[in-house]
Amino acid sequence: MPAAASPQSSPAKTKLSIRGAAKTYGSVVALAEASLELAEGEFLTLLGPSGSGKTTLLMMVAGLVPPSAGEIWIDGKLATYAPPDKRDIGIVFQNYALFPHLTVYENIAFPLRMRRRRAADIDAEVKRVLEIVQLPQLGQRLPRELSGGQQQRIALARCMVYRPSIILMDEPLGALDRQLRDQMQLEIKDLHSRLGITVLYVTHDQEEAMAMSDRICLMSHGRIEQIGTPQELYFRPKSVFVAKFLGESNIFDATVVQAGEPMTLRGPGGVAIRARGNAPVESGAAVKVMIRPERLHLLSDGETAENMAVGTLRETVFVGGVVRRFVRLANGVELSLKELSADAAEALHPGAETRIGWSSAHTLVLRHADGSP
Amino acid sequence: MSAPALAAARPPLSHAGWVQAWPIYPLLLFVAALFVYPVAQILVLSVFDTSGHLSAENYRHILITPVYLQTLLITFEIAGWTTVLAMLAGYPVAYLLANTGARARDTLTLLVLMPFWTSFLVRTFAWMILLGRNGAINRLLLALGITDAPVSLIFNFTGVMIGMVHAMLPLGIMAMLSVMQGIDTNLVKAARSLGARGGQAFWRIYFRLSLPGVAAAGLLVLITALGFFITPALLGGRREIMLSQVIITVIQELLNWRFAGALSVLLLAASGLVFFLYDRVLGMSSLSGGIAAAEPSGGNRQSVIASAASVVGERLIAALGWLTDRFGEVVEFVVRPRVERPQRGLARIVLWVVALMIIGFLCLPSLFVIPVSFTSGSFIEFPPEGFSLRWYQTYLGSSGWVDATIRSFIVATGTAVLASVLGTAGAFALVRRRLVGRAAILALVLAPLVLPRIIIAVALFYLYARIGLVGTILGLVLGHTVLAVPYVVITVMAVLKIYDERLDQAAWSLGASKLRTLIHITLPQIRGGMVAGFLFAFITSFDDLTIALFVTGGGTSTLPRQMWNDLLLQVNPTLAAVSTVILVFVTVFVITAEMLRRRAVSR
Repeated sequence: MPAAASPQSSPAKTKLSIRGAAKTYGSVVALAEASLELAEGEFLTLLGPSGSGKTTLLMMVAGLVPPSAGEIWIDGKLATYAPPDKRDIGIVFQNYALFPHLTVYENIAFPLRMRRRRAADIDAEVKRVLEIVQLPQLGQRLPRELSGGQQQRIALARCMVYRPSIILMDEPLGALDRQLRDQMQLEIKDLHSRLGITVLYVTHDQEEAMAMSDRICLMSHGRIEQIGTPQELYFRPKSVFVAKFLGESNIFDATVVQAGEPMTLRGPGGVAIRARGNAPVESGAAVKVMIRPERLHLLSDGETAENMAVGTLRETVFVGGVVRRFVRLANGVELSLKELSADAAEALHPGAETRIGWSSAHTLVLRHADGSP
Repeated sequence: MSAPALAAARPPLSHAGWVQAWPIYPLLLFVAALFVYPVAQILVLSVFDTSGHLSAENYRHILITPVYLQTLLITFEIAGWTTVLAMLAGYPVAYLLANTGARARDTLTLLVLMPFWTSFLVRTFAWMILLGRNGAINRLLLALGITDAPVSLIFNFTGVMIGMVHAMLPLGIMAMLSVMQGIDTNLVKAARSLGARGGQAFWRIYFRLSLPGVAAAGLLVLITALGFFITPALLGGRREIMLSQVIITVIQELLNWRFAGALSVLLLAASGLVFFLYDRVLGMSSLSGGIAAAEPSGGNRQSVIASAASVVGERLIAALGWLTDRFGEVVEFVVRPRVERPQRGLARIVLWVVALMIIGFLCLPSLFVIPVSFTSGSFIEFPPEGFSLRWYQTYLGSSGWVDATIRSFIVATGTAVLASVLGTAGAFALVRRRLVGRAAILALVLAPLVLPRIIIAVALFYLYARIGLVGTILGLVLGHTVLAVPYVVITVMAVLKIYDERLDQAAWSLGASKLRTLIHITLPQIRGGMVAGFLFAFITSFDDLTIALFVTGGGTSTLPRQMWNDLLLQVNPTLAAVSTVILVFVTVFVITAEMLRRRAVSR
């Protein structure tokens, strides 16, 4: 769909705008003031562990949980306390919520009947979406006669058939097994780009979020930690939480010796570390340093790197495509390394003395949790 | 190979299925001897004449005497209206219970079940105080100037309806609740998000899915109501005479076993007819299955009636949804909702008000016996005249009352012990062992719950009369155990089903014998269910009038029997004193048991 090729040069239309929405139950804060914008055709994922407030936020957009404060705008209209049927949204529930007493056809026809559409229109539309989800022959079945993956697709079809402004998905793949989940990720992603639908997606699975999203909104303890593209979150996390939540990481304490570019820090045991490309931090500040395991590598004899450390190899674990190594530095810090099995050097035995090197550009300096020193 | 090795390699003899099933045998034997045999006998008796020849004389007599068929019609009329009213009043309460927080649900459930625990006769007596010509309600109406003359609320159809709906509501609510709790709350949310207004979402989705619960509850209430006699006898007029009352008269006044047997067959046939029609229209499977049964393609064997009914039903539901939404629009026109302000849950408030009124109807009436019991006057009056303990003195000073009270306690305790032993063992076999014909055995054990009690009572009377158990405590205990044992089986089976059998396997692997595993591991874990079963059994016996009516003689009355006599002959404030004592005792008993159970669970 040429949705992106709109004549206006302005950025895509805003479909959803959440402004300072919050939810408290008595003294318990389920969601601290959150603000978020979703552009037309965008796929944004609310990612976080359970209790992070992501489902609360989704349910507020759906109109199923009234916010305690703030505003919600859908497609340019204020909808903060509008009932769900007046919001122009579609929801795919975790367990699909297909009506067990209605056939697949009637499930998909339901939203059209509620909108009092003509019978001929309803028939055409239902058949159209059944084609889109590639299940045209299943119309007369009951939901319980379908496999998990088929139910998932029907739930999606029921949402798409009335072309809502936004489709909300609450862990829609949570009930599927691994293989089917990977397949459905691709299918949903494909539908999204083919039909140009706007999606607000909730999951606790970081890989799913990274694989599917245009942007990720990472949440924890009822707060938004960081919003950005998967790459931004992975390569430039703003906090220790983000760094730890997405991918694997080596994190240790350090002190800033000299601010600037490159920045010089003193790590555990007095190791000097250089870092580039970080937000400015004043000298003397106590910070955390984060390095991804795949950015660390073993140095061969005579090889040097911008940053180096010496340690003892504790263990090497072969996990198929990659090899993990665990190295303990002289100062007691444990680091993990990841390298492709194909590139792995000669067999090193536990206890061997090793040297590790990494680039200053791959050294991330993080403020302490929540950005406060 | 050495001998011990051989022995270990061979399955021990006791693995044979029929030996393994031993815990079921005492229960089966008991049910066969005290339920199947006597009931079969009384039914068979109906096709013989006085000279012992096969004859249809008894049935001919029923057919040619208009009063019996008329009674049958009235029985259906009363039971049918009771069902309709109980469903209408029960639905909002069940809906609220299913859709509210766990804590509110626990409290409200306790209140709904309160009348269930309260003695049946106490409840009926309370209604007599409230509904009488000079009763509390009429006095209130007169005082408020709503009526000039007392309204007749008692000794007519109205009185019977009030009493019966009150008696049947808890059963109906709990049966509906069990299905409603299985309805996925996301479904209504999904319907709303798909554009359905509140009315359409409720009727087309929630109500539609709760229908199997309504149908099952309706069946349960109807079948139970068909066998009633206490309420129509005490609150009804000359016209409101049900089949069970006729059976009692035939036995007590004519001692005509054969004719009573024929009337019992008629009553059974009436219940059977209800089951048959239910199965025809809705399918028996909808009794056991929650959501699954709600689906229209119950498939291959859907009858023409059923499919026609379902088309009409769907239209009706859609129309109700449409009406509700139009009504909602009118309300919204008056109280306009605004997107920038939280919505006031008007529908929710209405639901709470209605549900609390119905729950009030359920639990408040019994409390009226308390003030009445302290009257210093000689009549039942509300508000009571003065204050005195004279009626308690009358109660405790009467050897008849005191003996009946003591006898009731002994019988109830004996029943609870016997039913617990038989029922728990049986439940173990039913859950843990592979029994041949398990479903049939379960149906047989639970049959006393469905079969009209009056038939069991008549059958036991006939049996006891020949073996000399009439008027004995043993006879009462055995008879009450027939009624009580299904409750124990149900409650213990419920906890055993969720019990993780790997705990037992762990205990065996840690060196405990089977017996010690049972004593130290299994029984402590299922104590909650056993306590509940014991309690049910105790209350069932303590409250039973039907069996006591026949099996007890003049000098061997139980408390309900004594109350029944007084209620029929001379209503007096002693009854209020006795009722108050029973009320307080049962309440304390139930609360203590509930606390014990909770402590056992939390530990």
